[in-house]
Amino acid sequence: MTSLREVGIISYATSAVARDVVHNEVEIIVPVIGEAVARSTIAKKDIGFVCSGSLDYLFGGPFAFVSGVDAVGAVPPIRESHVEMDAAWALYEAWCYIQTGEVDSALIYGFSKGSSGDPYELMTVQTDPYYTVPLWPSMTDMAALQARAFMHRTGTSERDLAEVAARAQRNGMSIDYAVRSAADATAEQLMASSPYVSDPLRESDIFPVSDGATAIVIAADDVARKHCARPAWIRGIEHRIEAHSLGVRDLTRSVSTTLAGKKAGVANGTIDIAELHAQFSHEELLLAEALGIDGSTTSINPSGGPLASNVLMAAGLNRMGEVANAISNGAANRGLAHITSGPCLQHNMVCVLEGD
Amino acid sequence: MGAHRAAVVGVGQTKHRSSRKDVSMAGLVREAAIEALEDAGMTWADIDAVVIGKAPDMFEGVAMPELYLADALGAVGKPMMRVHTAGSVGGSTAIVATKLVTSGIHERVLTVAYEKQSESNATWGLSVAQPFSAALAAGAGGYFAPLIRGYIYRSGAPTNTGHIVAVKDRKNALRNPRAHLHIPDISLEMVEASPLLWDPIRYLDTCPSSDGAMALVIGSEKVADASPGPVAWVHGMAMRSEPTMFAHRDSVNPLAGRECAKDLYAQAGITNPREDFDCAEVYVPFAWFEPMWLENLGFCAEGDGWKLTQAGATAADGDIPWNPSGGVLSSNPIGASGMIRFGEAAQQVRGRAGDYQVEMKTGRALGHAYGGGSQFFSMWVVGDKKP
Repeated sequence: MTSLREVGIISYATSAVARDVVHNEVEIIVPVIGEAVARSTIAKKDIGFVCSGSLDYLFGGPFAFVSGVDAVGAVPPIRESHVEMDAAWALYEAWCYIQTGEVDSALIYGFSKGSSGDPYELMTVQTDPYYTVPLWPSMTDMAALQARAFMHRTGTSERDLAEVAARAQRNGMSIDYAVRSAADATAEQLMASSPYVSDPLRESDIFPVSDGATAIVIAADDVARKHCARPAWIRGIEHRIEAHSLGVRDLTRSVSTTLAGKKAGVANGTIDIAELHAQFSHEELLLAEALGIDGSTTSINPSGGPLASNVLMAAGLNRMGEVANAISNGAANRGLAHITSGPCLQHNMVCVLEGD
Repeated sequence: MGAHRAAVVGVGQTKHRSSRKDVSMAGLVREAAIEALEDAGMTWADIDAVVIGKAPDMFEGVAMPELYLADALGAVGKPMMRVHTAGSVGGSTAIVATKLVTSGIHERVLTVAYEKQSESNATWGLSVAQPFSAALAAGAGGYFAPLIRGYIYRSGAPTNTGHIVAVKDRKNALRNPRAHLHIPDISLEMVEASPLLWDPIRYLDTCPSSDGAMALVIGSEKVADASPGPVAWVHGMAMRSEPTMFAHRDSVNPLAGRECAKDLYAQAGITNPREDFDCAEVYVPFAWFEPMWLENLGFCAEGDGWKLTQAGATAADGDIPWNPSGGVLSSNPIGASGMIRFGEAAQQVRGRAGDYQVEMKTGRALGHAYGGGSQFFSMWVVGDKKP
């Protein structure tokens, strides 16, 4: 790889609720984009590129991203693109575009209304259409297989999972877009009250259905410095995909996370904060192991993570936003954001962010 | 154009048909990808990253298909992305893949676009009633017909102009063995006698529904210089988007298309597209869009597009051949159609277009795609010399 331009996250905005029966997607996106652009202090017309992430199946019709363009305000026409993936990959595309030197800034956003359907059942249409879909394992069923295998290999107990879930609910009190949070959540209480959905996963081990949007503005070099007192610089951003079939992977390990983390330079310094896209409680433990981080030196998911709020196609971008916030406000100097896609952590991205 | 040069070093394409029952979706994309790798003199191991594109997931019923296709496209252990920008997606996907090289991040990127329309029904897929929105169960033809009527009203074009394009592109397709439609006795009379679907669009003025895939290998300057075969250098790339509806929008001659072309031509040093290009592969899914895009892309003054078509300027033996491969009117795996335009432009520049090769004088060709309600545009210029 040749020398790269310094690119930093300079602004972040997000919103989420459990079930928004009042607003459509455009109405949800508009204020979030407005807030992210205003915080960036870059005039919208001066932003070089716009890229979004969304999923038609969550929208319930083709071209979810087309209505997104209405929310951006694309008159006069803009340089714009879209990934049918979590918006973290839209950020990756924008970061690449900035590396060409043709643009200096970009607006990235992701959105969905998970409550429009049953996202756990819906995400099954991500799987092999010939061999897996006819069996219709839900996203939760597949995660439970992985959880059981991980527990078997590592000796992790259901109580360990409940500790992760309880901490997520307590940490969720620190953000204003938590869909599920409780200041006094404990493992005992969750194990006593939260029902099994797919053994060994209880309701509290599974992300809550969330509706909302997330937006981030990134900028290169001097543009970032001009518009942000302390940008969160992207010092490494890598993603890797694994085989699709669950039967050919070691589900107890995330080798693509380990590889992406290595390439992104996670081990080149202390990680103060890590936001992991762990949509099921066991994934937080599995991912921490894959990245070589632990809670004694790294603050893991201080926002509560996806167990507190998980807008599909936006929650990965939230991981970057939360780490960037911690760096920009001085709470951390170096952190990592992890983003996943696909059944049982098939595709993983790791982004290392640093302050000056 | 970016910090680094890039070129198309390999091209692979399926034979497009109404139904490829002999292959799965994975088999379909793999067929194009393997041909592109062989053309580039590479193997799967040489590829740094994979970028796929296709139109709405509802066309096949597989959400986020990069997950299911990771194995078939040799992406395991590598970065993989999925682009979706409506009908322009084939072009946008090629551009995203190329930027992975012009940014200096990767040396060799495989990009594949596909559609397997036989898995469902695209008109249904496009007409799902959307929450909070008025139902527009029109399909693409029903949407574009009023724009075509607007063009005829404005320009005073003779009403057979579309039919001339329908015949010309099908005649071109007879020289392209991969084209879906081969209609040896195609004629104006046959088009005029075909059923009227959406006034003024007749059945033979429309594109088919195809199963097919297109694959490109994009290489860095170092890779292209070492390539065993001819390469097509990327001289410029541009994308523009505008909303489906806004006050005073010109949906017949969209501003986004004009600005996209202007940006593209500035990058590539194109001042007179009709003279500076040897040919163009342009997204014409309904025949009338040839004269409309001739104007939108600046090949003539506004209102004159139909005159070029009527005079035969865009025919294979005209001064500026449009869609010598047969175009979208002859093969339409929707998500791939844009990348087929980009790839066919590259094949012309490489001298690899077989029986439909046009004479290369300037050595430059245009690839174009559009989508949504004529609102998303992606374009590139490729040439036989380094930019």
